[in-house]
Amino acid sequence: MTASDKDSQPAEADVRSRPLGLSLVWLVPIVATIVGLSMLFKAWQETGPTIRISFQTAGSLTAEKSPIKYRNVVIGEVADVKLSSDHGQVIVTAKLNREAVDFTRQDSRYWVVRPRIGTEGISGLDTLLSGGFIAADPGTSAHRTESFTGLESPPPVTYGEPGKRFVVKAEDLGSLDIGSPIYYRKVRVGQLVSYELDHSGDSVNMDVFVSAPNDRFVTADTRFWNASGIRIGVSADGVEFDAESLVSVVTGGIAFATPPDGQAEPAETDTSFRLYPTQEAALTPDKGPAQIIRMHFGHSLRGLREGAQVDFKGKKIGEVTEISLDYDPVTETFPVIVDAKVYPQLIGDAYDKLLRTQTIDVGDNQQSLTQALFHQFVRQGLHAEARQNNLLTGQLYVALAFVPGAGTDVVADKNAGAVVEIPTQFTSFDKIQDQLTDIVDRLSQIPFDRIADNLNGSLEELKQTLTSINRDTLPSTRNTLQGIDILVNEMSATLQAATATFAYDSPERQRIGHTLNELERMSRSVRDLSDYLRRHPEALIRGRKEHNTGTLRP
Amino acid sequence: MTPPSAQTLGLCLCHRCRLACSLATHPHHCPRCGDALHFRKPRAVSRTWALMLAALVLYAPANLLPIMHTQALQKDTSVTILSGVVELWQTGAWDIAVIIFVASIGVPVTKFLVLTLLLITVQRGNRRSRRERTLLYRALELIGYWSMLDVFVAALLSALVQFGLFGAIEPRIGILFFGLVVVLTMLATQSFDPRLIWDSPDHHDR
Repeated sequence: MTASDKDSQPAEADVRSRPLGLSLVWLVPIVATIVGLSMLFKAWQETGPTIRISFQTAGSLTAEKSPIKYRNVVIGEVADVKLSSDHGQVIVTAKLNREAVDFTRQDSRYWVVRPRIGTEGISGLDTLLSGGFIAADPGTSAHRTESFTGLESPPPVTYGEPGKRFVVKAEDLGSLDIGSPIYYRKVRVGQLVSYELDHSGDSVNMDVFVSAPNDRFVTADTRFWNASGIRIGVSADGVEFDAESLVSVVTGGIAFATPPDGQAEPAETDTSFRLYPTQEAALTPDKGPAQIIRMHFGHSLRGLREGAQVDFKGKKIGEVTEISLDYDPVTETFPVIVDAKVYPQLIGDAYDKLLRTQTIDVGDNQQSLTQALFHQFVRQGLHAEARQNNLLTGQLYVALAFVPGAGTDVVADKNAGAVVEIPTQFTSFDKIQDQLTDIVDRLSQIPFDRIADNLNGSLEELKQTLTSINRDTLPSTRNTLQGIDILVNEMSATLQAATATFAYDSPERQRIGHTLNELERMSRSVRDLSDYLRRHPEALIRGRKEHNTGTLRP
Repeated sequence: MTPPSAQTLGLCLCHRCRLACSLATHPHHCPRCGDALHFRKPRAVSRTWALMLAALVLYAPANLLPIMHTQALQKDTSVTILSGVVELWQTGAWDIAVIIFVASIGVPVTKFLVLTLLLITVQRGNRRSRRERTLLYRALELIGYWSMLDVFVAALLSALVQFGLFGAIEPRIGILFFGLVVVLTMLATQSFDPRLIWDSPDHHDR
């Protein structure tokens, strides 16, 4: 190779080789990959749990559009809306955000927000324009799940709201419903959150929420009562009208109060209470523990019903719980068994006093104090009787009373358990009945037939007597009467003659008149004479002086 | 018989100022602009590979992530490229749908395929249908920027549709990735040297 050749040849390029032999341009795809991977990682990190919520109806939910919100912040999105395999429900599949992991707790709740009109006003109007969305409420449970049952209506109380939940047991739901208000001194302090039937089916368990700070007024002694509707009472003071509020009249409500002597310590959450039907029932003192008593009645108890009251000296201390028939093979009778619950504390202070003063023999067979007390009463002559409550309706009640000297020994029947057997006695009314029966019996013993026969004989005799009278006595009587008749005629003639004698113009009468005139004159001259003689008594001897006549006339 | 290449004649084209330089007088640098002289674009194949692969990587998020966010009367929707096309088609604007589809799906995919084909054939020194391949490359250069249509659509809509409560359109991260894909594919196309197609196997770079 010549020098010129060397010159014509291009010189050796000063190649600057890079370490690793890699061009810088490869950084571009590396960066791109890193960016892509980071995006992927971010997306993976943001992908939260996928949950399934079942609803009755899809409402206005749309797949990949309807959001899931909590406090109006989007925490997820509906991914799919489809029917369940049995077409009974709508299954909404939703993707939650990564940070919404708290919403997969077992007691998390989901409901579709749609326009609603309730007691608290109108809500969810914005969904008219924007379409529905699912609202969520995180739970507190430690367990996680992926399938939920959506609520058909929004829960009245969301988690995290300060306050306490209590359980209120009621006989029935009445007119209460979810959202029914809870009142304390007529101030709305909470609401009914949910209700369900008790497992036994005997009662309704209602979940009520009392919000803070008013939840401190609920203590262990607090009484809840149904404040639905209007209460109208007529008493000596006039007509009373009472209602908690207009809302409670329409939708029902629950009120509560604590008796003045109740505990002041706030009740724990989930404490169970009983729902009383009325305020009076709620605030009357506790009846205390019940004692079941059993009575055997020999006679019919028509008119005694379950729930009839049990009296002790006129004070109601319990009620009849069961009436059933028994068969006694010895006497071949059907005694009526009456079971009743009595509340000894209803006797009042007397009960406490009894417990303090009486020495009660509790005995060996684990019987309660009240049971022992009742046994002692029975020994002292406690009897039960069914008394007439109302003569018109014939309703009966059971009265407990002491019959002096009629104490019976208690047969401690171990099978009877806590039931105390109370001897019975005939009712006063029953006594009257018995006496009446007795009278009727005696009446029936009177020999009415014989009496009637005798009477019949007597009547016959009477008839014969009358016949003989008719036959024998009457003719003679007729003769006598004829005699009398003649006599009367004669008398009449005599009278007629007398009447004729004294007729007005008869000469006899004129003569009598003259005679009377003569008598008058005679008497006058006798008077004159007697007057003269009184003034001139000497005239009897000397005779009448003529000159003195002038002095006679003044 | 192929005509002699510039290399055999001792000539080299300056890549900056396009001056044909004689390597005999100026073995390293262009006498006019002073740029380093290369027979071919340096590391053309590996550069093209790198840029194309980067574009390919970014193409995934560009398609998966939403490119636009439409908000109209409380109704929020985010559209990706494909869902936008589907939506346009369903609403009846099939012509626009076709244009968008071609610009944003058809063109980039064509570019990836063509570039890969060219790169592989060049690396293998394949001598078949060199003319067609060159034509393909020229076509690639021509259609490259059409993909930017999508980016322009998003930019224009975002700027124009701002009615506050009643409606607004905002760009989303997907459009950035898509723009990067377009830029990277264009760079990749540029970094490729079509003369490599005509080089005999022993002359190609690397």
